[in-house]
This record gives sequence, structure tokens and C-alpha cells, in this order.
Amino acid sequence: MTDGSSAEERGWFEGLTRGDLDGARDAIETGTAERPADWPEQAIEAGFADDEADYYDALGEATRHAAREGAAERELSDDQQLIHAIRAMDDAERTANELAEQVAEWAGSRFEDVDAGIEGARAITEREPHSPGDERVTDLAARVVDLDAEATRLRAFTERTAGSVAPNLAALAGPVLAARLIALAGGLKTLARKPSGTLQVLGAEEALFAHLRGQATSPKHGVIYTHEYVRGTRPEERGSAARALAGKLSIAARIDHYSGDRRPELEDELDARIERIRTRGES
Amino acid sequence: MSNDSSESAKDSSGNSPALSAGVTYREFEGDSEPQLATRGTPVYGERTEGEWRLWDPRRSKVGAMYEKGLDLRLDGGEKVLYLGAASGTTASHVADFARCVYAVEFAARPVRDLVGVADGRSNLFPLLEDVRTPASYAHVVEPVDALIQDVATRGQAQVARANRRFLADDGVLIMAIKARSEDVTRDPADVFESVLADLREAYEILDTERLEPFHDDHLAVVARPR
Ligand SMILES: C[S@@+](CC[C@H](N)C(=O)[O-])C[C@H]1O[C@@H](n2cnc3c(N)ncnc32)[C@H](O)[C@@H]1O
Repeated sequence: MTDGSSAEERGWFEGLTRGDLDGARDAIETGTAERPADWPEQAIEAGFADDEADYYDALGEATRHAAREGAAERELSDDQQLIHAIRAMDDAERTANELAEQVAEWAGSRFEDVDAGIEGARAITEREPHSPGDERVTDLAARVVDLDAEATRLRAFTERTAGSVAPNLAALAGPVLAARLIALAGGLKTLARKPSGTLQVLGAEEALFAHLRGQATSPKHGVIYTHEYVRGTRPEERGSAARALAGKLSIAARIDHYSGDRRPELEDELDARIERIRTRGES
Repeated sequence: MSNDSSESAKDSSGNSPALSAGVTYREFEGDSEPQLATRGTPVYGERTEGEWRLWDPRRSKVGAMYEKGLDLRLDGGEKVLYLGAASGTTASHVADFARCVYAVEFAARPVRDLVGVADGRSNLFPLLEDVRTPASYAHVVEPVDALIQDVATRGQAQVARANRRFLADDGVLIMAIKARSEDVTRDPADVFESVLADLREAYEILDTERLEPFHDDHLAVVARPR
């Protein structure tokens, strides 16, 4: 149709039937061109549109459909992906550690000088098995090492995904804590809607059950306790630090959900708040 | 209509000579002074007076540019590529007086609202794309008369340069540079200088203006391609 133009200069409408919105979405999302061209003119020449106004009608319909569907899909998938990833990461880490313990115990009954943990399991994989029983232990140790490597890859994926799903929250909380908060809330949207007081104790539910089972003391904070700004603050001021942190994290979650705009000043504000909390009463 | 506030862009005629056709100062109930306005369907709960909708310079960098008296070299009726459309607050006002607006935004959440805004405007085309990869939307966007950029991300000059390909040779670049997006620790004036130096590779700078008090640490730039 457009003689002389190279293949990459094809407009989004080439080969499309008017009214095929899913086809149009696919063409908009996957197509590319190095440079723009007079697409309205080309679309009219190609018989896709009658005139410029008609072309704009078709373009409007197509771009709205593509943007609406694309945004819905991305929103849905991104934070759900993150939730799957952090759960899998936690399970892989926990299982690797539990199995490593099992391996150390069993191997200790068969070999000399057995160390605990993942590194202990890694050392076992180097041993020469002399019997079917030895072989089961060294094989199991190899599974521990593999699982630990997978946990590391899951962690990297989680960190990357958290940074794109919730850039402000990830910057303030650290990507893993950001992912945990999103997972605990069930999604970025639900997290963004929670008051900061609720965010502050998210994750304490589990600790509470552990406490009821007699395995832990009564919880004072949720997962945000793992943040340096809470853990690293002296006990008398920890409540204030947790409140300040939760306040900023909930603002960050809202910005991430409602605008997606990056706000580096939030970090400065939080730093200053914590600094003040930590230095008050001193002197 | 007249007012004598020296801060303001509008003069004795009530309208700045720099205002584009379709952008004007109107009296809104409850305000002593005329306010910037465009004519179109309201979108974000802004006040209206007949067909006119108030354009709040605090919520819009382009609105603030008009308010500061900057000549954006827009007559109305232009084809516009808008980079960093977010929910479409500003893009909706621009669509009120432009021929058409291609609005690029890569964050899914605001695009949902942007599509809502576009539903009531047949000349606003939302694109869920990354402004750093122009090839991913050049098969949809035609050459334009104006490039408006408000992306608040690191590398704002590179974005303007990469999107130069869409701009007609006699077109205009209208850009808001956010200092903090480039570097939070450096003095904004220094940041603006280095972004401008980078921009000059592809553009000739016509005007610059700080956007205080409407937007802190933002510099407005009007430029044309080299
Ligand atoms: C300050 S907001 C724009 C506000 C909008 N111009 C208005 O006045 O209504 C900046 C927007 O740029 C978007 N943005 C940042 N980097 C981007 C990129 N690489 N591609 C597309 N959009 C981007 C952000 O998601 C954000 O919505």
C-alpha cells in the first residue's frame, strides 16, 4: 500500500478489520516503528478510514480499548505475581532450612564433622557415599542446596517486582518488606486503603497465634518490626518509630496505587522524623 | 475583568497575549479574580461556569505556565504528543483546545482514569507505553506540532531528545523539569543547568521560567527543535 516504506513503518491499522478491537489492541501493544508517519493519511489511502475524522474515531476506540484492557491486566497481574513470588520465596527458604536441619542430623549419624545449615548441607554433597544410606543423605543435601539457590532467585525476582509494582513503598520499606505488606493486605489496592494504624500491626496476627500456641511472646508490632528504623531504635522510642514509619509507608502505598509517581522526598522526610525520634530525650 | 496584580500574567485586557485560543480567564462564582479556564466536559470535580472548566495551576504544570505568563506558542488546533499524562488532568485541558492529543503514560493505575477522561473526549488517545522507548508507539502517533512533557523521572532531557522524532521542524517542546527527579541532593538550579545543557543537543531553548509558587523546584522550558 505504502510503496517504498520499509516493513517497520507499518501503521497500527495495517491489515486490521474495522471494529476488531482485540486485533487493534494487539497491533498497538506489539507493533513498533522507528519513526512516526502521517498515519491518518495512510489509513485513508489504505481504505481503513474515510477521512481524518473517521480515522480519529477508529483510533480513539482502539486506543481506549487497548489502554483499558492493558492497564487492567497489568494491575491485576503485577501485585498478584508479587504475592505469589514472596510466598514461594518464604516457603523455599523455610523448607531449605528445615531440610538442612534434617540432613545435618541424619548425616551426623553417618559421617564425621557435620555442620548445620545450608553450608553444612553443601559440604555433605561433596562426600563420597559408601552405601545406599549415605547416598540418600548426600542426595537430600543436594536438594537443599538447589532449593536454597531457587530461594535466592525468588528473592531477586521479588525485589525487582516490588520495585515496579510499588516504587515508593519499596524505596521506603525495602523491597522485601514492601512485598510482605502487600501480601499481608492481599494487594496494593487494599494496602493503600488501610489506615496507617492497621499497617503498623500487619503481620502481628501470625505472631499472635504463635503467642497463643505458647511459642512466642505477645506481639507489639507487625512485620514492620523487621525495618531497621524500628528494630534499631531503643525500646522506649520504638512505638513512636513504628508509628512514624507506618505513617510514611501508608502514604507511599497510596501514591503507588493512585498515581505511580515517584516521590524521593518521602525518604528524606522519614529519615528526618526518625532522626528526631532517636535523638529526643538524649543530651 | 481587569486586575492589577503584578504577579499575574493577565493584564488590563483580562487575558494575557500569550494565551492560546480556547484558553481564557473567566469569572467563577466564589472567586474575586478571573481564573484560567478551558471549555469541555469536566473530569476531576473542578468548578465550572457554563461550558467553562476551571484550570487549577496548582494541579497542572501547563496551567501554571500560562499563569506565569509564559508564551507556549500554541494557537489552538494543534496536534499534541503528551508525555507523562498520569490521570489526564492536564491532558484533558489541552484536549479542550487542541486538534488531538496522544497521551502516553506507563503506570497502569492512572491509565485507568486516563481512559475514563478519554471516554468523553474523542480527540484524546491514551497510550499505555514507556516514553523512553518511542519506537513502541511511533506506529500509532503521527508527527505533531507540540510535544508536552511532564514525566518526573530521571533522565528528563533524554526523554525529550528521544521523542524529538515526533515533533515537526517548526513545532514546539513544552516541558516541566522536576529537579528532585534528577537528583534530590543537588541544588535545583544546578540540576536545571545540566538538564538544559543536555536538551540543547537537540533543541533551541526559547524561554524558561520557575513554576513557584504553584510547583516547587520545577522549571518550565519552551524550546524548538534544532
Ligand atoms: C508529574 S506526573 C504527570 C502529571 C500530569 N502531567 C498532569 O499534570 O496531569 C508524572 C507522570 O509521568 C509518568 N512517567 C514517569 N516515567 C515514565 C515513563 N518512563 N513512561 C511513561 N510515563 C512515565 C508517571 O507515571 C507519572 O504519572
